[in-house]
Amino acid sequence: MIKAKNKLGLVFFPAFDWAISPTHPEREERLLYTQDQIFEEGIQDIEGIKFFNPIIADEKDIQRVHFCVPDVKSRVTQSHLISVGGAIKASQSVMEKKVDKSFALVRPPGHHAQRVVYGDRGFCIVNVEAAMLERIRKEYGPLKVAIVDTDCHHGDGTQDIYWNDKNTLFISFHQDGRTLYPGTGFIDEFGGPAAYGYNINIPLPPGTGEEGFIYVLENVVLPILDEYKPDIIINSAGQDNHYTDPITNMNFTAQGYAKLNDRLNPDIAVLEGGYSIEGALPYVNLGIILAMAGIDYSHVHEPDYDKDKLKQPKNITEYIKQVSEIVYNRWKTKDELRLKEFKGLDNVERNRQIYYDTDGILETQSQNFKICKKCSGLNTIKSSCDRGYRIFAITIPKDACSNCIDEGYNLFKNPNGSYTHIYLQDRVNDKYYAK
Amino acid sequence: MIVGLDMGGTHIDAVIIKNDKIINTVKKPTDKDNLFESIWSTLEELLKDYNKSKIKRINLSTTISTNAIVENTTSPVGMIIQSGPGLPQDFLACGDENVFISGYIDHRGTVVENWNPKEVKEALNIFKDKNIDSLAIVTKFSVRNPKHELEIKEMVQSSKIFSNITLGHTVSGKLNFPRRVYTSYLNSAVYDTFNNFSNNIKKSMEREGINAPIYILKADGGTMNLYTAEEKPVETILSGPAASFMGINAMLSSNEDAILLDIGGTTTDIFFLADGVPLFEPLGIQIDKYKTLVRAIYSISIGLGGDSSIDIKDGTIKIGPKRKGFAYAYGGPSPTPTDAMIALGLMEGNKEKAYEAMEILGNKLNISKKEMPDLILNTMANMIKNKVDEILNKINSQPVYTIKELLYGKQIEPKLINIIGGPAKVLAPILEKKFQLPCYYPDKYEVANAVGAALAKPTTEINMLVDTAKGILTVPELNIYEKINKNYTLEDAKKRALELVKKSAINLGATEEEIEAEITEESSFNMVRGFFTSGKNMRIKAQVKPGLICDLRGDSND
Ligand SMILES: [Zn+2]
Ligand SMILES: [Zn+2]
Ligand SMILES: [Zn+2]
Repeated sequence: MIKAKNKLGLVFFPAFDWAISPTHPEREERLLYTQDQIFEEGIQDIEGIKFFNPIIADEKDIQRVHFCVPDVKSRVTQSHLISVGGAIKASQSVMEKKVDKSFALVRPPGHHAQRVVYGDRGFCIVNVEAAMLERIRKEYGPLKVAIVDTDCHHGDGTQDIYWNDKNTLFISFHQDGRTLYPGTGFIDEFGGPAAYGYNINIPLPPGTGEEGFIYVLENVVLPILDEYKPDIIINSAGQDNHYTDPITNMNFTAQGYAKLNDRLNPDIAVLEGGYSIEGALPYVNLGIILAMAGIDYSHVHEPDYDKDKLKQPKNITEYIKQVSEIVYNRWKTKDELRLKEFKGLDNVERNRQIYYDTDGILETQSQNFKICKKCSGLNTIKSSCDRGYRIFAITIPKDACSNCIDEGYNLFKNPNGSYTHIYLQDRVNDKYYAK
Repeated sequence: MIVGLDMGGTHIDAVIIKNDKIINTVKKPTDKDNLFESIWSTLEELLKDYNKSKIKRINLSTTISTNAIVENTTSPVGMIIQSGPGLPQDFLACGDENVFISGYIDHRGTVVENWNPKEVKEALNIFKDKNIDSLAIVTKFSVRNPKHELEIKEMVQSSKIFSNITLGHTVSGKLNFPRRVYTSYLNSAVYDTFNNFSNNIKKSMEREGINAPIYILKADGGTMNLYTAEEKPVETILSGPAASFMGINAMLSSNEDAILLDIGGTTTDIFFLADGVPLFEPLGIQIDKYKTLVRAIYSISIGLGGDSSIDIKDGTIKIGPKRKGFAYAYGGPSPTPTDAMIALGLMEGNKEKAYEAMEILGNKLNISKKEMPDLILNTMANMIKNKVDEILNKINSQPVYTIKELLYGKQIEPKLINIIGGPAKVLAPILEKKFQLPCYYPDKYEVANAVGAALAKPTTEINMLVDTAKGILTVPELNIYEKINKNYTLEDAKKRALELVKKSAINLGATEEEIEAEITEESSFNMVRGFFTSGKNMRIKAQVKPGLICDLRGDSND
């Protein structure tokens, strides 16, 4: 029998009794054929691969990253707590050294869930990786982490959550926001004042294939990771870059996904999107599992795989080279760019409209980041939506100085303006208040 | 009259049961060089004074196939393997010649690429050259569509060079290609050995004028008729623990979650009941280096028994896992738990010698020989408790796939312990304290395995898949791959599954009234393509669960 080179933990939780709606892409059937493939390949018999059941995340795991409006209970279902719990279990098994790496195949996905949560957007309510990461930071101490989002959609939720956190480098490559939901993820979205340059977007043209993804990985992602030196790497592993995916326009393959994970060498991978449930997911997931376990994946390919048909056109290759060069140069010059952007300011405002496509909610939001010399700065959100909520949310960051802590509590006590709900996220003391 | 015979590594035990009572028993040593003769002479002795025409059935638990595998005396097998895309294939090479062919069927049973007759022809030449006459043909996802296996069989059959051909989809309906390959290999590998044995049995029966039907015990605690065993001899492997399991249940019944222990001289076997139903291996049993799809009762064996040798290492007692010989009090080389029991007067034997053994150990630990026996028995009970806890933990954290199962799934919480074996009576009160659970043990346990074999009933399991988008229903074990209409419902499928599993049990020799058929798993998925439902994908498991022909009338103590 085959033996894994790296001990791999798998949380395979297909949630066969959960769907957004009967015909929605996020439905019971989504991981059915992936399960068939995993079972038929005999993955459970491979020495060194261990299966774990999810634990159930608690309310606090959600509060560490989100302001659920009006509260966690009204927005978050048991299925979300289990999806997060699956990711937590996967990361715990790595942190406790039960395994070398782990892969959480859980659903629902999470990378479109932002700090404020009024409902479901892009099939996400809770940001699974973020809730997982903050839980393991809570349990195992501070960690310098890189999240690499390989989903075809921009990971706008994860970007929002780690926008101003230098200890969490976020890199997302995705189909260009001008051609796909959620319409963001441009090169100049580069992070908040305390973490400018630590939010990296690599928008790619429709039709990008194996060659393009591997080029970006080797010329942008890996060099940046080499310089950033994270304690752990998390792959936010969406599979909708696949050439058969029904809701995107890319040309990636199972072989490509396996190679990508082989070279990226993530400690933890968490499944995100991917809706070609018969033609892609069984093979992509198998490829990722084998690559992470250090097992020969060269025989993994789709039944209809045709190398010539999937060859990336020259003009796309050229375009990707240019994008890569720009992004990497910005990373190299991030300190200068930061000075140019924020010099002389003591506050940065960020105003946005956010559309919840799954639930049809429109949110208007204004974030304020204080620039503090001693810490990454108190930040606040004023937000309202067409469901009648008007909220004020305060975040005291984990490294907050005593001034910022006091200011946060003062603002919670005496806010300016009238709101339906006011929230305080005290990350220093892991305390969460609402009124 | 029912006859049960259990063949163990050292002994063969046989019983006759009449009107729910044991009326005769025989125990004989196993002659490893002539297993058939061992069985036959035991049966002859057992039946000597009884009317052979009154025998209703003969149930045998034999190690014929197991021994052949473990001792590597199986027939050479040629393998034709179609592994398609996925894991690398070299690790699947288990036959004496392995030919990997092209072609592929995917997870939905769609033929993606056809097989190539040229490659099969070349395989035949190789097998012919090497005088290989046992063959197995296994293709990936053949349980979803057996087309390639069947077509290849048809082509090779005409060559008339094979005495037997095993097709992967017939050994089990479960998904697991490597196990399907190994199980098919083993089936072909033991085919000649087992058929030789069964021919001998049939001839001898005819000679003696016995015409009772013969059943063979399987590792899942059920039986099958001889004819089926001849076709699927792999199902006869490792039936020993199942005999012991059924024996415990015949002597001590339970409808609850329970721990079953068979504490012997060398080993302790651990089993579990969930609401009175045996717990099975999730996929199948492992024999030698082969993980198989042979359905089996979940059993864990630890090297701890009455005759396990005791050592003192770094100031602590170590019992087992080796047996070095008899107990010290019976002239053996080292102290054993049996010596502790003899010293305490709980077992017969030379008390003086037993205390001598206690003294040897006591000296190394600086405690008196009087305290030693309790310490030994306590240690033994602790070892059992720790192992049981560890296994329960593992069983209760088996992967689940639905929110409902994760939140409300069955957890095994034992309410009692049933024990058989030599040390059962002595250990019961100690285990009772450790586990905080009532312990029961029967009076006569010596022939439990033979009784278990005697009272076992035919069992079977089927795996059904219905894909209404494709309009296909499959039950691989029964070689069913047929068209159904698009409106087929889960209710239709369950009804059909129950009918099929019953029919299958009758083919194994069950009688209508003894069949307890049930659906063990059911699921139905909406298949959506584009924005429309294209059909349903249903998965159903049905079984005839193991059970006893009758409860033994006897007495138990606690
Ligand atoms: Zn992305
Ligand atoms: Zn996506
Ligand atoms: Zn500050």
